Amino acid sequence: MTAKPLLQVRDVTKLYAAGKGCANVSFDLYPGEVLGIVGESGSGKSTLLSCLSARLAPDQGSIHYVNAEGEQLDLYGLSESRQRLLQRTEWGIVHQHARDGLRMGVSGGANIGERLMATGERHYGDLRATAERWMADVELDIDRIDDKPTTYSGGMQQRLQIARNLVTHPRLVFMDEPAGGLDVSVQARLLDLLRRLVTELGLAVVIVTHDLAVARLLAQRLIVMRRGQVVETGLTDQVLDDPQHAYTQLLVSSVLTP
Amino acid sequence: MSADNIRAGYNFAYLDEQTKRMIRRALLKAVAIPGYQVPFGGREMPMPYGWGTGGMQVTAAIIGADDCLKVIDQGADDTTNAVSIRAFFRDLTGVATTERTEEASLIQTRHRIPEKALKEDQILVYQVPIPEPLRFIEPSEVETRKMHELEDYGVMHIKLYEDIAQFGHIATSYAYPVRVNGRYVMDPSPIPKFDNPKMHQSPALQLFGAGREKRIYAIPPYTDVRSLDFEDHPFEVQRWEASCAICGSRDSFLDEVIMDDKGGHEFICSDTDYCRTRMAEQGEIA
Amino acid sequence: MYVAVKGGEKAIQAAHELLARRRRGNPEQPEVAVAQIQDQLSLAVDRVMTEGSVYDPELAALAIKQSAGDLVEAIFLLRAYRTTLNRFYSSEPIDTDGMAIERRISATYKDLPGGQVLGPTFDYTHRLLDFTLLAEGNAEAELSEHATAERMEEVVARVSSLLEQEQLMVREEDSGAEPADITRDPPTYPADRSARLQALVRGDEGFLLALGYSTQRGYGRNHPFAGEIRIGEVGVSIIPEELGFEVDIGSIRVSECEMVNGFKRQADGDVKFTRGYGLGFGQCERKVMAMALVDRALQASEHDEEITSPAQQEEFVLSHCDNVEAAGFVSHLKLPHYVDFQSELELLRRIRAAESTPTEEEPS
Repeated sequence: MTAKPLLQVRDVTKLYAAGKGCANVSFDLYPGEVLGIVGESGSGKSTLLSCLSARLAPDQGSIHYVNAEGEQLDLYGLSESRQRLLQRTEWGIVHQHARDGLRMGVSGGANIGERLMATGERHYGDLRATAERWMADVELDIDRIDDKPTTYSGGMQQRLQIARNLVTHPRLVFMDEPAGGLDVSVQARLLDLLRRLVTELGLAVVIVTHDLAVARLLAQRLIVMRRGQVVETGLTDQVLDDPQHAYTQLLVSSVLTP
Repeated sequence: MSADNIRAGYNFAYLDEQTKRMIRRALLKAVAIPGYQVPFGGREMPMPYGWGTGGMQVTAAIIGADDCLKVIDQGADDTTNAVSIRAFFRDLTGVATTERTEEASLIQTRHRIPEKALKEDQILVYQVPIPEPLRFIEPSEVETRKMHELEDYGVMHIKLYEDIAQFGHIATSYAYPVRVNGRYVMDPSPIPKFDNPKMHQSPALQLFGAGREKRIYAIPPYTDVRSLDFEDHPFEVQRWEASCAICGSRDSFLDEVIMDDKGGHEFICSDTDYCRTRMAEQGEIA
Repeated sequence: MYVAVKGGEKAIQAAHELLARRRRGNPEQPEVAVAQIQDQLSLAVDRVMTEGSVYDPELAALAIKQSAGDLVEAIFLLRAYRTTLNRFYSSEPIDTDGMAIERRISATYKDLPGGQVLGPTFDYTHRLLDFTLLAEGNAEAELSEHATAERMEEVVARVSSLLEQEQLMVREEDSGAEPADITRDPPTYPADRSARLQALVRGDEGFLLALGYSTQRGYGRNHPFAGEIRIGEVGVSIIPEELGFEVDIGSIRVSECEMVNGFKRQADGDVKFTRGYGLGFGQCERKVMAMALVDRALQASEHDEEITSPAQQEEFVLSHCDNVEAAGFVSHLKLPHYVDFQSELELLRRIRAAESTPTEEEPS
């Protein structure tokens, strides 16, 4: 493991009401590591993800991120413009509903190019070539480059959202139920794609999911949440094959439905 | 000019002095931050919103008894709205008016910049319908103000990208967005992109007034104004195969005139003063 | 050729003369007097005063006459006049508790202190054209003696304060802060409540009616009850700086509507009815009801409601409700757009030329 963690999370708390939100969450995330956050809906995992990705200021606690230059940044000490810059350069955010992460009114190519244009790319030919390369990488038909995402299927939209995020070669990607709401066969293909890209690009990922199969496939380490609290952490195989906490045991034995 | 020439019962230039001071403060701020949209307490004017109330309020706030005013709409002095606004200010200020670009100290315009290059002692006042260049991408004012604050302008190029992908060209022909002084992205009002290069490093002061939207912005003299584009699809202005049917100009913006019911057409200068001046010069030569 | 394409001073003048003639109509008919409009078209006058935001029935009647009955145009005339007026004082807040009531109804209680007072209303009339009016028959003679406009002079408790006392309704209190002035300051979002209410008072009745209606049909439902509608005269007073005490300067007639809306759990954990408010000059019941519905819809974020419908979107509602702004911008499409259109024409031809065979030439 590399010496310095990419993300240092300490006592992060964001509560809407007692048991609603997340409380006292701490962990380190290292470069290239995939961390899964699992729990049923309402367990606070999406709130935590919003805090981690600088979209929701926590009530307490701190989050530090080490950027590409090696500087350690206090996330909520940064100006909003620096936060946004991080979000569109070194980070990626993949939403559960592709609609939330895509610009539905413009073509697939423009969706992929947006982050590049926002960071100063001003050559149309290069933008287009990059968009084509990424479409191929996420197994989208290049002929659809000028079509709007509204004409794409759910699985295609999700792959477009992934391409749109990865185009700036982020170091850290936040994913919220990336395969949620997709058909089982479409889901399998998407997860395969994600696993391949994560390995090829050496991405660090924080992935929120209620689906333990997804967690097992992608994550090396797991955090189990319940009612805003972390109840168990550990290596994925360890947590899933030998759960210690009663709640995790329930989850694993599939008694709970999401 | 004495106050005797002003319509009885009204202030010089219609607005009261308090309001003029408020507008001038907004103008000073606008000049200090080129391209930034300054909110101002826009007043109701006796003309409808969308018909130049913003430009009129700016003109009313800066016009003085010694000014010489020119008003154009579509480049012409004799279009109905230009006639009406010129008459309004003649009525309520008594100042001299002119149709000659070089004689005017103050030019209020809708949709054009005069062909004749402007000078240091001239002010150009634009009437602006929608001041926010990001409006059609992001309808929320809260969000667009944040985007300006953070210089979050990537979306502007998305529109240009889409144009090229669809049409092979940047398909924005008027109200073509510009970046002012390397900072704010600005809507130059619905002037044709043909006029965009005239804004760059212009010796004249350029003021923009949007009445309904209650915004004022400005380009001070000698300021950089760049039209957004791509390296491999650089900004370019309109060209015509034809020349003006009256003066023969090949360099000015041409309006198309339908000649007969078979659709036959000719082109004439949109800037009437430019056209007339050229005709007069040709007359002297002949 | 120039003259044919571009308009001129003479054309404008001729158009204005035609308009004046059309407004006057057949000279053999007697000219309608401003006083008659003020008196006999009083509901039109009230609407023009409300949306024109000047309380002056005579000027409103003049504007209606001058605009040949086009109320949006009349509102515009009154607004344009309003901006030229000096502002001497801001009045003290009017107190509708002390209203001399001519109409007061509540849909939430069968009877209540002060009772139900129908007053002059179209409610419960049968909408049958009355041909005696066409014949200009003497309807006055038939007016019975019951119909004297008696006004209740005693202070009548409001439905909202009864509910407040029982702690069943969220309390509304004067924060004491200087209210916004949307006629002087540009709008900012999210808007202050006072700015919001001002914009709604001036807002177009038809637009607010449609939005209010949409909330009833499920686009931002807020479960309204007409808690109370009251119409009558209220005193207006000022405190001149040099005197330092309140001086009555007259009275104005207003309509007020307080909606009682679905209850919500409050921040303090209590469950209470929520509310919406509407006010206008003169008798403008439809307007104040619509305004109250929209006012409540715009409180969505304060009550933690999901904003999904147009009536709940503050920027959308406030920036489009003013009919002087809206009518102006829609009508500006009548102004010449030769230059922009020419730019589009040139571009379209170029795109088409590039896509077609290179031999095809542009006609000139």
